[in-house]
Amino acid sequence: MIAETGLAALWLAAALALLQLVLAFAGLKGGKTELLAAVRPAAVAQGVLTAIAFAALITLFMRSDMSVLLVATNSHSMKPWLYKFAGTWGNHEGSMLLWVTVMGVAGAAVALFERALQRNAHMATLGGQAAISLGFYAFLLFSSNPFARIDPAPADGQGLNPLLQDPGLAFHPPTLYLGYVGLSVAFSFAIGALLTRQVDAAFARAMRPWVLGAWVLLTLGITAGSYWAYYELGWGGWWFWDPVENASLMPWLAATALLHSVTVLATRDALRAWTVMLAVVAFSMSMVGTFLVRSGILTSVHAFAVDPTRGSFILGLLALYIGGALALFGWRIGSVREGAPFELVSRETMLVVNNLLLTVILGLVLIGTLYPLMTEAFGHKVSVGAPYFDRIAGPIALALMVAMAAGPLTRWRKDQARAICKRLLLPLIIALLVSISLSLFAWGRIGILPFLGLVVAVAVGVASLAPLWKRKLLRTPLFTYGMVIAHMGCAVSLAGMACDSAFTVEKLVAARPGDMIQTAGWSIRFRQIMPIAGDNWTALQADMDASRGGASVLIRPQSRFFASPPTTTSEAALLTRWDGQLYVVLGEEVEGGRWQLRIWWKPFVTLIWLGGVMIALGGSMALVGRERRGWLMKWRAREALA
Amino acid sequence: MKKLLIWLPLVLCLAFVGLFASGLFKPDDRVIHSRLVGQPLPAFALPAAASDRPALASAQLATGRPRLLNVFASWCVPCAAEAPQLDALKKAGVEIDAIAIRDARPDVDAFLRRNGNPYARIGLDARSGVQIALGSSGVPETFVIDGKGRIAYQHIGDIRADDVPMILDRLKDAQ
Amino acid sequence: MKLIIALLLALVAPPLSAQTALPPAPYADRQIADPALERKAKALMETIRCLTCQSQSIADSGASMAGDMRSQIRERIMAGEQPEAIRSWLIARYGDWVSYEPTAAPILWPLWGAPILLLGLGLLLLRGRIKRRKRA
Repeated sequence: MIAETGLAALWLAAALALLQLVLAFAGLKGGKTELLAAVRPAAVAQGVLTAIAFAALITLFMRSDMSVLLVATNSHSMKPWLYKFAGTWGNHEGSMLLWVTVMGVAGAAVALFERALQRNAHMATLGGQAAISLGFYAFLLFSSNPFARIDPAPADGQGLNPLLQDPGLAFHPPTLYLGYVGLSVAFSFAIGALLTRQVDAAFARAMRPWVLGAWVLLTLGITAGSYWAYYELGWGGWWFWDPVENASLMPWLAATALLHSVTVLATRDALRAWTVMLAVVAFSMSMVGTFLVRSGILTSVHAFAVDPTRGSFILGLLALYIGGALALFGWRIGSVREGAPFELVSRETMLVVNNLLLTVILGLVLIGTLYPLMTEAFGHKVSVGAPYFDRIAGPIALALMVAMAAGPLTRWRKDQARAICKRLLLPLIIALLVSISLSLFAWGRIGILPFLGLVVAVAVGVASLAPLWKRKLLRTPLFTYGMVIAHMGCAVSLAGMACDSAFTVEKLVAARPGDMIQTAGWSIRFRQIMPIAGDNWTALQADMDASRGGASVLIRPQSRFFASPPTTTSEAALLTRWDGQLYVVLGEEVEGGRWQLRIWWKPFVTLIWLGGVMIALGGSMALVGRERRGWLMKWRAREALA
Repeated sequence: MKKLLIWLPLVLCLAFVGLFASGLFKPDDRVIHSRLVGQPLPAFALPAAASDRPALASAQLATGRPRLLNVFASWCVPCAAEAPQLDALKKAGVEIDAIAIRDARPDVDAFLRRNGNPYARIGLDARSGVQIALGSSGVPETFVIDGKGRIAYQHIGDIRADDVPMILDRLKDAQ
Repeated sequence: MKLIIALLLALVAPPLSAQTALPPAPYADRQIADPALERKAKALMETIRCLTCQSQSIADSGASMAGDMRSQIRERIMAGEQPEAIRSWLIARYGDWVSYEPTAAPILWPLWGAPILLLGLGLLLLRGRIKRRKRA
């Protein structure tokens, strides 16, 4: 009953999307403007219906309704309730339904809350959103029905992949999807603007909060995913340049460039073509990402097991939407007027440089990820991984950080290079000091990239505070604080990455209960190892006392065994201190009653994710700050009229 | 110039769609083949893996007649599945030697008792050293070695019933 | 009762999860005593792709073949062999696929050319934009 309700809601939503598209088209092109009045209600109803469908699927998972094929293949009645809930999106159909729901709800939000756009542009935007949604509804309903029944219903399900049975599953995919499906709004805005030829400051001001919101969520989603992989997979790595990880990074890079570009367009009426192109590219990258994950054409730890026919469907959607948007861009962008002029040395140029560098990194990540596919077309198998990406993206990212430090200190429209350098004097001195002390302290022991990374991180961290130096702090707008914190977050994250690369100490040891292990200033006593049981797993747990000169702390790494499906996972023990993390993994038993232990001391590694959270926080502050200013100005205008 | 740049993204998009399409419709080949096919067998000398068969060294594979080198393990399930095919090949007059990967003598003996023993010699590769030297990426795999000790062909995965004629052809070609 | 089940399962489970009955190779999980040599070995291991798991380097993989490869790499480095020689040896057997570090093979030249091309394109765009400003 619930499954049928969910399916019906989905069909209705798809029908409404079609209606929305037709009405918007007829109203704008056909001249039947009275039809436009129904577009917004259709969008809102669509959002409500997709939410109902999603709620139906969640209910089926929570109830472990084994008569539904999806629940039978991906869930189990003995799972803890959190993983029944989160397991809804831990599979292809469920996550596709999440995608469609986010699109529907985002569309409804644009219909309800967007007030700044002119009516025609607003309708064109909603029409665009409906057009994109239609393709994905079709994909769901015709080839990935989440509500399909199975008859006879099995006694119990096949269970959720144990690697996914973690609180991270409840957080990472939803935020990630809210982020990069949220970028579909920016895409629709761009389509709307191109169709109605209104690429101007007003368009940018209207689009900005949507971009910021999606970007903040995407940042959080990627940060959460990175931390989850770090503690769950047991290798101490936080980024693997896996194709699916890259698939989430590429929209983020495009969205970062977009949010800077949209601000320039909103405040200076420049960079029109860039802004529209980036808005198209950002969501296009999201769609490419979802294709890569579900088509199976690239090897990845993340990929869903889907057959190539589904992959072809998504490829068709990709060709239609991205090709269509880019064709529209080519056709219409010529008629968009040039924006306001600016000099070579100006903040506009710095932001163009910022856009360019971000786009170059995006292009390189895309090429690197797809390169094995390209060479295979010629019969040659290659692997492109961390050695290539680190070496290529690293230096460009460092250049980007330097631009990020100098940019906010450069005046709009026209400035002088010498003046900028003078403003950067303190960070430059700090950079020199850090270089000298690092060379003395760690020469020959750390690579060139981590070295430069640390120098740049500290210098840029200081420079990111520079916009605040000569201002009255209480009168500084919230969005300026947002910018400062977001930029500082980038520096903090970079510092964490560099420290992890440069100073991590790894120790592999085969130890017996009773042994004492010394590494990186820590003394770890391996006390005992014993079996324990959880809700749907059993494990071997090691009790260890770790101390660093003070009181000792009990840490308990585990080696966990799941029955359905039969898998072994390793639950690392993490001990977090202000200056780093102790990471202990329990391995297999080896001869002589010894146990394989892998122990890392990772100095300042938590800065990586702290930086990510700071970036998201800065973005939220900028979002709230801008919106508040918008309301204030409107309120004041209303007051003045009254 | 500006026109070129404006239409470049669309062109790239279509190129990528073409690339993806080609990736989708090619058969999915995750297997890594050895690069030593066509080259001489790397030198090795392994101890005996089974109680009733002698040890194996690379020199003993250059007999003047093509033979098969089967890479297997007692813990490998598909290896048991290909036992009938190896038997059929032996009955057709083919000489087969083997390398047991990461194994111990009692386990190999038990495996051979259960599944039959078509091998002339079996070498024990306890640390996968020879497996890696051969460019083999898993078990089971079968190499066709020609009379001069060169690797003529690599068959990855268990030998199915309909693979047997093909293997016989390869042996004939290696003459 | 839960504890008894746990104990029984814990006794049974390890052999089920092992790929082979034999213990890991001597240097699969044991670091070289000399830290400089260990760094060299580690750097190499992180760039060799695991043949069984295929999405990880042999440094991160739990597969027994990866362990054997790690052991072989450490032993050969201890014997004085250079990491690049070992990499070439592995590539001679498995092809470019096994190395995450791109080789100098012609098919990989576009990969190195890509950053130069893209940055060049970017500079062109920037210059075009600035020239337009100056003309306006």
